[in-house]
Amino acid sequence: MRLDVQDLAFGYARKEVGRGVSFSLAGGEVLCLLGPNGGGKTTLFKTVLRLLAPHGGRVDVDGDSVAGWSRLRLARVFGYVPQAQLGVFPFTVAEIVLMGRTAHIGPFATPSRGDRAVAEEMLAALGIGHLAPRPYTEISGGERQLTLIARALAQRPAILVMDEPTASLDFGNQVRVLAEIEQLARRGIAVMLSTHDPDHAFLCAHRVALLHHGRLARLGPPAEVITRESLREVYGVDVTVTELPRADGRVARVCVPTLGSSPPLHSGERAG
Amino acid sequence: MALALIAFSVGRYPVSPAQLWALCWAKLTGVPSALPTAMETVVFRVRGPRVLAAIAIGATLAAAGSAYQGLFRNPLVSPDILGVSSGAALGAALGIYFSWGVAGIQGLAFALGLASVAAVYAVGAALRRHDPILVLVLAGIVIGTLLGSCISLIKYLADPYNQLPAITFWLLGSLASITVVDLVSILPGVLVGVIPLYLLRWRINVMTLSEEEALTLGVDTRRVRLIVITAATLMTAAVVSVSGVIGWIGLLIPHFARLLVGPDFSRLLPAAMLLGAGYLVAVDTLARTIAPLEIPLGVLTAFIGAPFFIWLLAVSRRGWQ
Repeated sequence: MRLDVQDLAFGYARKEVGRGVSFSLAGGEVLCLLGPNGGGKTTLFKTVLRLLAPHGGRVDVDGDSVAGWSRLRLARVFGYVPQAQLGVFPFTVAEIVLMGRTAHIGPFATPSRGDRAVAEEMLAALGIGHLAPRPYTEISGGERQLTLIARALAQRPAILVMDEPTASLDFGNQVRVLAEIEQLARRGIAVMLSTHDPDHAFLCAHRVALLHHGRLARLGPPAEVITRESLREVYGVDVTVTELPRADGRVARVCVPTLGSSPPLHSGERAG
Repeated sequence: MALALIAFSVGRYPVSPAQLWALCWAKLTGVPSALPTAMETVVFRVRGPRVLAAIAIGATLAAAGSAYQGLFRNPLVSPDILGVSSGAALGAALGIYFSWGVAGIQGLAFALGLASVAAVYAVGAALRRHDPILVLVLAGIVIGTLLGSCISLIKYLADPYNQLPAITFWLLGSLASITVVDLVSILPGVLVGVIPLYLLRWRINVMTLSEEEALTLGVDTRRVRLIVITAATLMTAAVVSVSGVIGWIGLLIPHFARLLVGPDFSRLLPAAMLLGAGYLVAVDTLARTIAPLEIPLGVLTAFIGAPFFIWLLAVSRRGWQ
């Protein structure tokens, strides 16, 4: 499965957020979207998923424009992990994950035993099997995030779009989610995620896109995109990008901010 | 866990407290019980249809309420949120004002109930750029208020000795004058409404998530919303046109059902229908027995419903968040 985004212009009904965004993504690849708050990451994702109508350009899957696709067809290709949502009704975690099977069951049917098995498998894969009977409305934000990831995986998508999947997780769960993303890519899924942490991009991404003021400032391998210069340009802060030996013998790249020498808040980018 | 839940709910429906209560009360007062048998219907010719109507109407209002609460992602919604009751009330008031026959009054109530929801839906569809749920609710409030003013105008113009009491009594709701013909006339509307709701039960579950989540999980939200609104409106308009406005059941009963069987619509819908039927039978029985003069049903459902609802909110942290 191959995703091609060509010259996409995106935004809300009366306000364009970004334009001229082009990239492609193949199965087994992880693309990490970095950029400041308000840079258009979520809007770009929603436009790729056709939750918002594009202002221009096109989104193709295997050379076929998704413009005329039904919701069902889209949901069989794209899985979406939104930023953690609060539910209204106290569905159990198992039921929420089971809702990921919706695109695979008939309009008048309910999930089968096979669907339940898939949901259980995904809960186990993310290490939250014990949450299954708990009401979704009464678990923590991090647990909710993991539930939404399990739900998207239960959808068995070819392309997985994750909007800040690590945002509300503790350190251990962040690492677990990043490891899961790596696993998914190995199984041939194309993963597109956004994050606020350049180190996460170093850890899991094959390519990094730097979105700034609605345009792709840089696109390429993490080591080429995440540099002192590019982060200064986009975030307006001073960092040191350095290499560290990992316990497994490989070399990890990390960003270390240089506190004290950064310009004051808001000079680089408006907050929010 | 799912099995345990199903076992719990299956065991619970037939002996739900409201029904049991209805049953005992019916026995005590020598009135047919909520569980109809052919014999009882024959023996109590006058009361039989009335009890059957109470079952049908209670179940219908509770089903429509459950569907609307899920669809609007809001547990404070009742079936008349989109103006079906106001439209039906205006239709009935007009029918009474023009001194039409019973069939004419009911027909006009049914037609205007549907028309007012169609108008609300059209407004919602025309304002595409906003959150579709919010626009529907706001349009419902605006059109409901407008219809309320029209009803006031007709009451003002109506003959105060004949028509005004008839309009007022209709607005309070009653099952006193229900006949077998009424019962037969509402059944098609009810069935046409309930069947799609039951068929779409899993899609309705997914619709209770946010709009974007439902879309990305593969639900054509606009189509499901249209079907559910049409189905729930059709059944509500059918029953309201013969019974008048009976409040509270559509709001209260889905909460109670959710407390018993959880929010999954495939269990919630039958549970709510059974509880709604039991509740209305009980209240209607009370309405005609506790005082020499029959108490209007709408008044009694509110008197019982309000404290019951507060109690529900107090005990059910899980049922509503």
